[in-house]
Amino acid sequence: MKSLTLACGLLWGHRESSITATSRHYVDRLFDPDPQKVLQGVIDMKNAVIGNNKQKANLIVLGAVPRLLYLLQQSSSSLELRTECAVVLGSLAMGTENNIKSLVDCHIIPALLQGLLCPDLIFIEACLRCLRTVFISPVTPVQLLYTDSTVIPHLMSLLSRSQRTQEYITQIFSHCCKTPEHQTVLFNHGAIQNIAPLLISPSYKVRMQALKCFSVLAYENTQVSMTLVNVLVDGELLSQVFVRMMQRDQPIEMQLTAAKCLTYMCRAGAIRTDDSCIVLKTLPCLVRMCSKEHLLEERVEGAETLAYLMEPDVELQRIASTTDHLVSMLADYFKYPSSVSAITDIKRLDHDLKHAHELRQAAFKLYASLGSNDEDIRKKITETENMMDRIVSGLSESSIKVRLAAVRCLHSLSRSVQQLRTSFHDHAVWKPLMKLLQNAPDEVLVMASSTLCNLLLEFSPSKEPILESGVIELLCSLTQSDSPALRVNGIWALMNMAFQADQKVKVEIVRCLGTEQLFRLLSDPDTNVLMKTLGLLRNLLSTRPHIDQIMSSHGKQIMQAVTLILEAEHSIEVKEQTLCILANIADGNTAKELIMTNDDMLQKIKYYMGHSNVKLQLAATFCISNLIWNEEDGSQERQDKLREMGFVDILHKLTQASDPNLSDRAKTAMQQYLA
Amino acid sequence: ARLASRGSGLLLTSHFTKSRVVAMSGQSSGCGFLMSVVVHGDSALNEQEKELNQRLRRLYPAVNENETPLPRSWSPKDKFSYIGLSQNNLRVHYKGHGKTPKDAASVRATHPIPAACGVYYFEVKIISKGRDGYMGIGLSAQGVNMNRLPGWDKHSYGYHGDDGHSFCSSGTGQPYGPTFTTGDVIGCCVNLINNTCFYTKNGHSLGKKLQNQRQILYMLNLLIYLDTPGEVVDANFGQHPFVYDIEDYMREWRTKIQAQIDRFPIGEREGEWQSMIQKMVASYLVHHSYCATAEAFAKSTDQAVHEELASIKNRQKIQKLVLSGRMGEAIETTQQLYPNLLERNPDLLFMLKVRQFIEMVNGTDSEVRCLGGRSPKSQDSYPGSPRPFSSPSHKASSSQSYLTGTGSDTSWFDSNCCNGVTSNKNHSSSPHSHKPCPPGSGSTLPVSDISLNGSRSQQPITSNDMDMEVDHFTNGVTESSSNGFLNGSSKHTTEPDDCDADMEVESAQSKRQLCGGSQAAIERMIHFGRELQSMSEHLRRECGKNSANKKMLKDAFSLLAYSDPWNSPVGYQLDAIQREPVCSTLNSAILETHNLPKQPPLAQAVGQAAQCLAIMARTGSGSCAFASVDDYLH
Repeated sequence: MKSLTLACGLLWGHRESSITATSRHYVDRLFDPDPQKVLQGVIDMKNAVIGNNKQKANLIVLGAVPRLLYLLQQSSSSLELRTECAVVLGSLAMGTENNIKSLVDCHIIPALLQGLLCPDLIFIEACLRCLRTVFISPVTPVQLLYTDSTVIPHLMSLLSRSQRTQEYITQIFSHCCKTPEHQTVLFNHGAIQNIAPLLISPSYKVRMQALKCFSVLAYENTQVSMTLVNVLVDGELLSQVFVRMMQRDQPIEMQLTAAKCLTYMCRAGAIRTDDSCIVLKTLPCLVRMCSKEHLLEERVEGAETLAYLMEPDVELQRIASTTDHLVSMLADYFKYPSSVSAITDIKRLDHDLKHAHELRQAAFKLYASLGSNDEDIRKKITETENMMDRIVSGLSESSIKVRLAAVRCLHSLSRSVQQLRTSFHDHAVWKPLMKLLQNAPDEVLVMASSTLCNLLLEFSPSKEPILESGVIELLCSLTQSDSPALRVNGIWALMNMAFQADQKVKVEIVRCLGTEQLFRLLSDPDTNVLMKTLGLLRNLLSTRPHIDQIMSSHGKQIMQAVTLILEAEHSIEVKEQTLCILANIADGNTAKELIMTNDDMLQKIKYYMGHSNVKLQLAATFCISNLIWNEEDGSQERQDKLREMGFVDILHKLTQASDPNLSDRAKTAMQQYLA
Repeated sequence: ARLASRGSGLLLTSHFTKSRVVAMSGQSSGCGFLMSVVVHGDSALNEQEKELNQRLRRLYPAVNENETPLPRSWSPKDKFSYIGLSQNNLRVHYKGHGKTPKDAASVRATHPIPAACGVYYFEVKIISKGRDGYMGIGLSAQGVNMNRLPGWDKHSYGYHGDDGHSFCSSGTGQPYGPTFTTGDVIGCCVNLINNTCFYTKNGHSLGKKLQNQRQILYMLNLLIYLDTPGEVVDANFGQHPFVYDIEDYMREWRTKIQAQIDRFPIGEREGEWQSMIQKMVASYLVHHSYCATAEAFAKSTDQAVHEELASIKNRQKIQKLVLSGRMGEAIETTQQLYPNLLERNPDLLFMLKVRQFIEMVNGTDSEVRCLGGRSPKSQDSYPGSPRPFSSPSHKASSSQSYLTGTGSDTSWFDSNCCNGVTSNKNHSSSPHSHKPCPPGSGSTLPVSDISLNGSRSQQPITSNDMDMEVDHFTNGVTESSSNGFLNGSSKHTTEPDDCDADMEVESAQSKRQLCGGSQAAIERMIHFGRELQSMSEHLRRECGKNSANKKMLKDAFSLLAYSDPWNSPVGYQLDAIQREPVCSTLNSAILETHNLPKQPPLAQAVGQAAQCLAIMARTGSGSCAFASVDDYLH
């Protein structure tokens, strides 16, 4: 094999070598003045290039393509010649990706699209066949189909011409529908009405390509999905047609694609998750696709689609978890390349290796989806053979896709208190997770930091070692990220970390984050970030010595921030959280004075005690209650000052409040005065 | 509960007899109110029974229920005493104490699972989980202790509801699936092709059980067990639609098996397979005396024919006579062409004679017909026929008679069924095909209407004989789509000219009369019957008793007991289709005297394949379920 390539390479060096010479001869004949000879030349060329990639490359290099395109477009050319040109171009496109690139560079697409306007069916079919081959190649820019707005409607009108046009056009559509905009263009030009009848075409290829079209059209598209459920094909609902295509005697490709269509329609909200066509047909079909007897590609696609189908629905997750031993079936996804394949044949090993990553990431995704809600399922997953080890090694795999899926899986499992306490700690998952966080794309970072949040919950035994590994700095840097999701996760993790933490940790957080950053976060446009930052502040300001210490060093800024938030337009939740911080401050020994000396702040508290929202009233009352608490130094003075400001009257009124919590709180506060 | 169900059983039986009597007499007066009530309850039950039978036939078409009946309910005999049955033995309840493991009780279904099911499935619904929900379903061999939980003993398998574990021949279970409880529908599927089984819960497969695959072969009985008071479980053996889509599962296996057959490697050497098939087709054509077709086929495929053309033509002539009901002539011709054949085969001769008698009753036999039983008009319509009997009405069984004998063109409109090919086709679709045929009929197969046509009709017409032949053959091909062999009731697309004759025959058919209505013919028939009787006695003296012969004669004579033999319970004998077994037996006998196989290899291969499937069913190879021979005979 190697020597052969070498030989060809040498031949390339000689311009007058025999291969190039014959190729040149083919090209020369295209320029013959006699049209009959040109036709014969094209036909000979057609026969010469079939299955011969080298010949194809030669002809392209020698400039056959522009000439063929010229002949194809020339209205003076005979129809036969034009058709043969399209056939040869189609043949050239069947070669390597480089061939396709050259063809696209020669503007083959507009030329062929122009050719579709010719009334002759044979010619149209040849053009479509070539277009199909060009468009299904990953190197062709999909957008080229949409540049001329008359193309799509014309293609729709050609759908009725023949089975071949149907096959080629639907195949083009299914490969060129990549974005919501594409979906909308196709939808607006009647793709659904035009393609639906093809689902019962006598030709398997047409049925299959039409089905693929629907799967790409319906993906994450509510408008298409909602339309699809009401479409009738020969008096039968489309969903029933899809169900029939999922029957177990149908080819696997068809079963799988039909299941995808129904999955997408379901996720887009067009079919309920408890519909029998989902529960009893689609889900079992997808579970079946995961079984060992199918091709690796099919198993990957099946698992990914199933993960997507049941992601939001715990009932589907429960059913899937008991269907056909899915959880243990997925464990097989990690056994590639198997030791057997390595020995028996190289081809198989190569094939296995190629798919090993895909298989692993699909399995992780499916595990993540399965375990996202139900504690029993998570337990079942972690008890699967070597599961935690696999996740741990998945976290450090070279393929980003696998890393991402592994961390998603870990994240899903980390929602379990029990797993956090046991298997997560036993396998020290925090280590690879921390490593993953050092340098990873945002996608991975979001998931990893989110998982870290759970690992930093106070009951998690991993919290301590993570703290010691210098996580604070890492998290603080996350809060400076451009991505809101990362900022939330960073601050959230810090919040969890600060919960009931010792002084040292809190000081470290404040030091590392810096007040400036803290205040920047308090004015973050993302409410989630703001809420978690307030939560962090609240956690930092707990237990009296901590409150006093932090307020003594950062009191001024904190009070300023609190004032700003209370004055700005914010949701009730934000204000409540802020008042709670204030209440914490009021609990400090020395920190109290920061409020007592701030009349403006006291007026604000008073305002919130009379607010229409009970939660805010409660938080404000709590704050006052802390300020007037007996048995503390200077309580008498504070009580007096607040009485003067009219707080007693308000408290008195609140003891009559209809909310029992609020009236209780007010009563307790009043008692401080009576004592 | 037991008493009650028994009572209702009795009631049922008595009613069945009654309704039958009513049907026989054709009139039922005074059944009255009471009767109609019974009929109502009965019909509901019948409805369920019908549904059950239909579903079972659809699910397990390969099962021969005469040999291996399918389970339809729990067995009232094969159960532990703590088990109570009700609702036609479909509902099971526990009536023991349920305090110790010794209180466990099981019940088995009435019959083991036949291997010819390929894939077998049943479901139970948990009506009440009782006190503790200790329940299980599974499989066991006949004779396993019924006082134990399924799976605990050797040769028993079970899936338990309380812990979701599966037990297989051991007291400790393995985690298998979810637990189940009141309201759940649990199914059990046995795959007899790969010897696995799996359970289902509420329509979802829980996954294969692979342990001890081989054992499954021996434990083919369904089982259910209960262990604590209050447990009630309903079974569904096909009485109702299943929650799990078992038909879809079966579809997959049918496709798998058929793909296996389609991909079966055939002959390594190039062309070997093809030439073998050509030989088989050729021998089939020769066997059934399609001589011109055979000749043409042999020529185009470059083969030798192993029988002289004249001999084939002779057999063809005889067969044609038999199939057109002209038995007397057929016997005569046989005796002329093959002297000693019938003398050496007295049973065969007897059979032919009995058939002749039947044809006499039918009015088709030449001896009777020449006595003027038939419409003279149709005689006229056959001008120039040199035949002495000169009546075309030997085709009485056809719905149309031919108009002219001028050429093969018109023969296309002749729907006579005198030809093996045609009748074969009809045989498979005829409402009478389920009737038992005498031995030897097995060789008539709807195999090869394979384009006998084209080459045939191009044959030059050399004689009147040939003319007839062309008639039959061309017609055979046309016929295959029209199925009109029986009587005047069938409607054909005919040329306008045909209408007259058609009408006439139909009207003649509508008032069919014994021996064609001629008194002389009846007398001849009665006389012939007496001869037959004495021949039978003679045979018995010579060769000893022969119950087949006796029955044949009795059935034939029974025709005379009815005023309208055609519509009598024994009237099927008058169908033209009944000529086929006679024809094929005679043909085989002739071939045997020439040391040729009495069955064509094609028929033999088909027969062997069918037999092979039957043996597979008996030895437990489930794949026979999805490999019906009929699927391959188009």
